[in-house]
Amino acid sequence: MFQNRIENVSRRGVLRGLGVTAGLVLAVPVMSRRSVAAYSTGADKMPHGTVNDPKVFVSIAPDGVITIIAARSEMGTGVRTSLPMIVADEMEANWDKVKVQQAPGDEVKYGNQDTDGSRSTRHFLIPMRQVGASARTMLEGAAAKRWNVPVSEVKAANHEVIHVGTGQKLGYGELAEDAALQPVPDVATLRLKDPKDFRYMGKGQIGIVDLHDITTGKAMYGIDTRLPGMKYAVIARPPVTGGKVVSFDPTEALKVSGVEQVIQVQGWPWPSKFQPLGGVAVIARNTGAAIKGRDALKIVWDDGPNASYDSVAYRRELEEASRKPGEVVRNNGDVDTALKSAAKVIVGEYYLPHLAHASMETPVATAHVADGKAEVWAPVQSPQGARDDIAKTLGISAENVTVNVTLLGGGFGRKSKCDFVLEAVLLSKAVGAPVKVQWTREDDIHNDFVHTVSAERIEAGLDKSGKVIAWRHRSVAPTIMSTFAAGAKHQAPFELGMGLVDLPFDIPNIRCENPEAAAYTRIGWFRSVSNIPRAFAVQTMVAEIAHATGRDQKEMLLEIIGPARIVDIGPTVKDFWDYGEPVSSYPIDAGRLRRVVELVAEKGQWGRQVPKGHGLGIAVHRSFVSYIATIVEVSVDGKGKLTIPRVDTAIDCGTFVNPERIQSQVEGAAIMGLSLAKYGEVTFKNGRVVQNNFDGFKLARIDEGPMVTNVHIMPSGPDVPPSGAGEPGLPPFAPALCNAIFAATGKRIRSLPIGKQLQSA
Amino acid sequence: MITLTVNGHEQHWDGDPSLPLLWFIRDEMGLTGTKFGCGHGFCGSCTVHLEGVAVRSCSTTLTEAAGKRITTIEGLDPNGNHPVQKAWREVNVPQCGYCQSGQIMQASSLIAHNPHPSHEEIREAMAGNICRCGCYQRIENAVHLATTGA
Repeated sequence: MFQNRIENVSRRGVLRGLGVTAGLVLAVPVMSRRSVAAYSTGADKMPHGTVNDPKVFVSIAPDGVITIIAARSEMGTGVRTSLPMIVADEMEANWDKVKVQQAPGDEVKYGNQDTDGSRSTRHFLIPMRQVGASARTMLEGAAAKRWNVPVSEVKAANHEVIHVGTGQKLGYGELAEDAALQPVPDVATLRLKDPKDFRYMGKGQIGIVDLHDITTGKAMYGIDTRLPGMKYAVIARPPVTGGKVVSFDPTEALKVSGVEQVIQVQGWPWPSKFQPLGGVAVIARNTGAAIKGRDALKIVWDDGPNASYDSVAYRRELEEASRKPGEVVRNNGDVDTALKSAAKVIVGEYYLPHLAHASMETPVATAHVADGKAEVWAPVQSPQGARDDIAKTLGISAENVTVNVTLLGGGFGRKSKCDFVLEAVLLSKAVGAPVKVQWTREDDIHNDFVHTVSAERIEAGLDKSGKVIAWRHRSVAPTIMSTFAAGAKHQAPFELGMGLVDLPFDIPNIRCENPEAAAYTRIGWFRSVSNIPRAFAVQTMVAEIAHATGRDQKEMLLEIIGPARIVDIGPTVKDFWDYGEPVSSYPIDAGRLRRVVELVAEKGQWGRQVPKGHGLGIAVHRSFVSYIATIVEVSVDGKGKLTIPRVDTAIDCGTFVNPERIQSQVEGAAIMGLSLAKYGEVTFKNGRVVQNNFDGFKLARIDEGPMVTNVHIMPSGPDVPPSGAGEPGLPPFAPALCNAIFAATGKRIRSLPIGKQLQSA
Repeated sequence: MITLTVNGHEQHWDGDPSLPLLWFIRDEMGLTGTKFGCGHGFCGSCTVHLEGVAVRSCSTTLTEAAGKRITTIEGLDPNGNHPVQKAWREVNVPQCGYCQSGQIMQASSLIAHNPHPSHEEIREAMAGNICRCGCYQRIENAVHLATTGA
């Protein structure tokens, strides 16, 4: 039950339960949440579902300027533009007269705000269309009343309402006050626009709302909050997860110019969920002084239960576990017999290490706690989650907590966890002044909620003709559940559903197993989560089979996917998790999977002649209910240096709102994919993270990025439900790159990062 | 007492002379367009101009900045219409946008000294600036656009 719940109610439900009082829901007139589209989504299963009340999201000033509320967090996906754009389009507003205002954390009012899981467009396209259509209907009703004509004779367009018969016009500003008095229409009677009449949706011609501010340095991120009397803090945290302060000497720190106080910060026992790790804080008049003061602290730590965590030894444990049977999480046919009878068995053992999120803006938050109330300004992906945790930590009610959501300088899942916000709250309370807590890059790398570490072992059995008849995939990795529950050793359904049990292949005998893995540090969501190791293992294995049978990678891939069909894995998997969506709306569609392979092969000119030392690789993966295929061309020189002349990616994310931002997400995924493939690795020794900063945890730079990344978006009809775009670009990149490296060099990469593996090739 | 000029205005500092310029600009002056990324000059988020040349403000002390002319993103152009800024908007470069002040300050320094860089020179000059969102292709195109108007 416990595990089932987390995927449905998101990252947050587990730790806070559903504690917000149900009575509050009635405080806002929430209309029917049934969508009028031909599909349903998992939105209703998220805490507080969706809200589609125009009075919550839209206000119109007398001058006609429309303010639209953005309730989801902006971390670079463009959601702060895309969702308001949907409202504006439906209400026939002119975009140049629209302002976007960010909502504070308040899910009762705005619906779910947990910005993760690539859910925003998928869950809010229809509610936001309903908001816009409702507002339009109310404006039309107000104009008809003013003119004393039937509403059928008036029509909204271009920020005004026109009387069709006489050509009279009333601007939205002139109608604003009367429109607010109109009844909010019943959602069942709403007329949504015909998609052919969309002005903004699907066009990709609107820049992001923060573009000018970003390019002039005016955009406000979490780090940019400034309050009168604010103090600056950095914290020395336990270097080992679960460790704590034994004693500390602040003498030298207090001598540093600008340092004002040194105080201990409360920590929570491991597993600490999203609560702070504790440590010693240095409070100063500026961040530089606080950092210098911290350097001068003397602290004695008790390293606690994870002091022997060692990545080299742990890798061996994972790999050994992957060679023995584990808990069966999917079973079709009889894999054991099929593998025994196979003419050929190919075994692939793949390893992918921990990763740090390393958003360019490190965790940072500003809090002001006074008079029994708390107000924070923070770059959070889960503002209501932060609000509830602050209330619980301070022992006050959530109504006394305000969480102002700034822009996020990157999130990637890290900023779903509000430990850094709670630190600021605790320190503000202790100091009696507003406090900004700044994490340094070292803090970020040392004390992250790291991406899991995986051993993935696949055995594929082929018959005499080379057809794959058996597939056994064992996936061993510490689970995110371990951050919430001591001793959790098995992957939860939401992790198993990311590329393991949802295998869309046409193979008669399939078994997926999940051997145990204990966790020794905080494991958390990282962009695309378990899809990273699964896509790498599965898509590398397909290429290995193609090579072993002398087949073309793409042809092998299409054969193994099999004919276009809906893949019904339901009966073979207990608690199958389809990204929290109803399978009826979002089935595993082998046809769509095939089509992105075919599209990328066509547009990316699969099979083209490439120069000597170059190679092409392909990979496809379904994640966040979207379908994505990538072709990478790589060249590898004699010293093992990689150059990437070209990347092509095809994405089918159903009906889409902002193709320009889908393109940017996919372009960016290629860079993040390159970073994790080439360099990405957080390792532990004596319980401590070995890497410190960008010298150790390296990221791809512009001069090693692809020369060109082409993004091909699958056109799809308005009735195809929207699906994710923020995360799905990432999983196929690394296997496509490594398959290309094999084509170029004959060197098979089975362990990431690539690091120096090609130097010995 | 250290005196320096930031965006044309004289500033004074009588605190710790080893304070990184970054924190003076951000916390003491309140100009928050310049960002913290790594603190050691690895990522370029904190890039400003010192005497017209791109430097990492996180690794430049106030002693080193003394008597010097500093320009931050806020001072690059009075209306935010430096050719690099305009090109950035034309190409829709940013995703989260956090590193972009540093990228723009690096790019504007590049073209001030090399008005017509090749793609190779752009990639080389911008390689000290990390973008975790991965806007590199657009950064390269925007710098090229800023220098060619095409």
